[in-house]
Amino acid sequence: MTHYIARRLMLTVPVLLLVTVIVFTLINMIPGDPALVFIGGEAGQDAVEALRKQMGLDRPLFVRYVIWLNRLIHGDFGKSVRDGRPVLDVLLLKLPVTVELAIVALTVAWAIAIPAGVLAAWKRQSVVDYTATTVALAGISIPNFWLGIMLIYLFAVNLRLLPPSGYIEPWIDPVRNIKLMIMPATVLGTALAALVMRLLRSSMLEVLGTEFIRTAHAKGLSDRIVIARHALKNAMIPVATVMGLQLGGLLGGAVITEQIFAVPGIGRLAVESIFTRDYPMVQGVVLFSAVAIVFVNFSVDVVYSFLDPRIRLVEDKT
Amino acid sequence: MATRESTLPLAPRARSIPTVGFRYFLHRYARNRLALVGLWVVLIVFVSAALAPLISPADATKTNFGALLLPPSREHPLGTDDLGRDILSRIIYGARTSLLAGVISVGLALAMGLPLGLISGYFRGHLDNVLMRFTDALLSFPFLVLALAIAAILGAGLGKAMIAIGIVFTPGFIRLSRAQVLSERERSYVEAARAMGANDRRIILQHILPNSLSPVLVQASLAMAVAITAEATLSFLGLGTQPPTPSWGSMLNIAQAYLSRAPWMAWWPGLAIFLTVLSLNLVGDGLREVLDPRLR
Repeated sequence: MTHYIARRLMLTVPVLLLVTVIVFTLINMIPGDPALVFIGGEAGQDAVEALRKQMGLDRPLFVRYVIWLNRLIHGDFGKSVRDGRPVLDVLLLKLPVTVELAIVALTVAWAIAIPAGVLAAWKRQSVVDYTATTVALAGISIPNFWLGIMLIYLFAVNLRLLPPSGYIEPWIDPVRNIKLMIMPATVLGTALAALVMRLLRSSMLEVLGTEFIRTAHAKGLSDRIVIARHALKNAMIPVATVMGLQLGGLLGGAVITEQIFAVPGIGRLAVESIFTRDYPMVQGVVLFSAVAIVFVNFSVDVVYSFLDPRIRLVEDKT
Repeated sequence: MATRESTLPLAPRARSIPTVGFRYFLHRYARNRLALVGLWVVLIVFVSAALAPLISPADATKTNFGALLLPPSREHPLGTDDLGRDILSRIIYGARTSLLAGVISVGLALAMGLPLGLISGYFRGHLDNVLMRFTDALLSFPFLVLALAIAAILGAGLGKAMIAIGIVFTPGFIRLSRAQVLSERERSYVEAARAMGANDRRIILQHILPNSLSPVLVQASLAMAVAITAEATLSFLGLGTQPPTPSWGSMLNIAQAYLSRAPWMAWWPGLAIFLTVLSLNLVGDGLREVLDPRLR
């Protein structure tokens, strides 16, 4: 087991390093001299040169990368160009909002997708199956920003049932918090629900065709018990392993969802800092989301090697 | 002399296989009704984009301050927008933007990803290792966040958005074509080609590439759907197509401000994206069903 974790960790470290290299490269591709941008157009040549030296911009690229990486490791993500606040502080301030949105969206998505996927596989090629697969395909194809706008049009503008946009902390006004979360979470969860449903359906179909399911039926167990106790458990393995990918989708989707519904999370922060050319903040958001995904993937793999010994045994043999 | 004689009768038969294969392919594809409907819709969108100047009822960028925010009518079947422009014409011209974005960004990703994947999978070794860790790292970024960051660095504009989307798609195509090569290179036909004296270049281009293309084709059609959504998203956020060029995404961005006064401004561009993306997904699923041997 330790052997497996160690091997998996060895694979993670170079990926993390490459992630930082990519982000560093991206930031250095930004046109314009950062010192000049920082100091403003009126400053003299000497002052710009002095600042360049102070910011370390006169050093070779590789040296600058090492210094930058060293700062990152010590939790220094730089300061916002807009208001001088440390990037990491702002990220940690916005994170709980996005996490809440993601959890509600995940809950909505899984609550729809798991019963729908099981039912579609169980009643294969029935009306239920066709309806579920068609709705899922539509769910994948619908642009989430359009879905968001249409929900606002229907529930906020026309029916006046829900507030159109905004955010309030759950401990200040829990009811309003839920009301404000319903639409963004639905928008964010739709594509995810569709993906999970399709994946679960095909993985259920595969499991339902195996020998041990036939054995369970032969023992005289009812359909219900075979599905719930035997099939679903095994069919969930591939579904749950894509958690890391789902997190990527959630973070990407959060950008647009938070923008439409004015939810002050990481996604909205990303868009705002892009438009205000707050590059340290952009760098922080991009780096943060990638590192989060790498860690989630790592944890999922480790948890799965506990749950399913086949994974670690096969890996160890190779 | 003897060798020439023995290859002659084989030649025509070898040439006739693709046509039978193609007919077989069409036959199988057409059995999936939804995929057929999807293909028709995609064709209609392509044709209207190509014939935009001929079929659109009005100039897509001409403002008319006497006809602001008009609801759908005989004169303007889909209504007019905040600057009095005909929405139907803008939707038709917007199809050009969307399809261009889809084709160019996926083409770019293919042009970069396919050769890298082929080389990486065929030669293995250090290059393969480095490239795989690199794709691992690139795939760790959320798709939209990375596309946004690249678009932000390159600056706003349709061309730059297409480059950003193309870059983000590339690691997926590297992965896919590499996996394909890894399984193909062990097949006996590759061994046979090598025994006949074919060099690596010939083996890759003449033998492995054609046999690896089907999953890449499926992936490309599905990626086009994602690329069209991504362009619309970037334009919606103001980082893609710039006004006055019509783009479904930027039309929705403007429509947001007029939701209560002119909701039709938000209906049509969204519906256009939805139908196009849905049809491309149907085509992709249909292709997968026919081309993926595991499903046969």
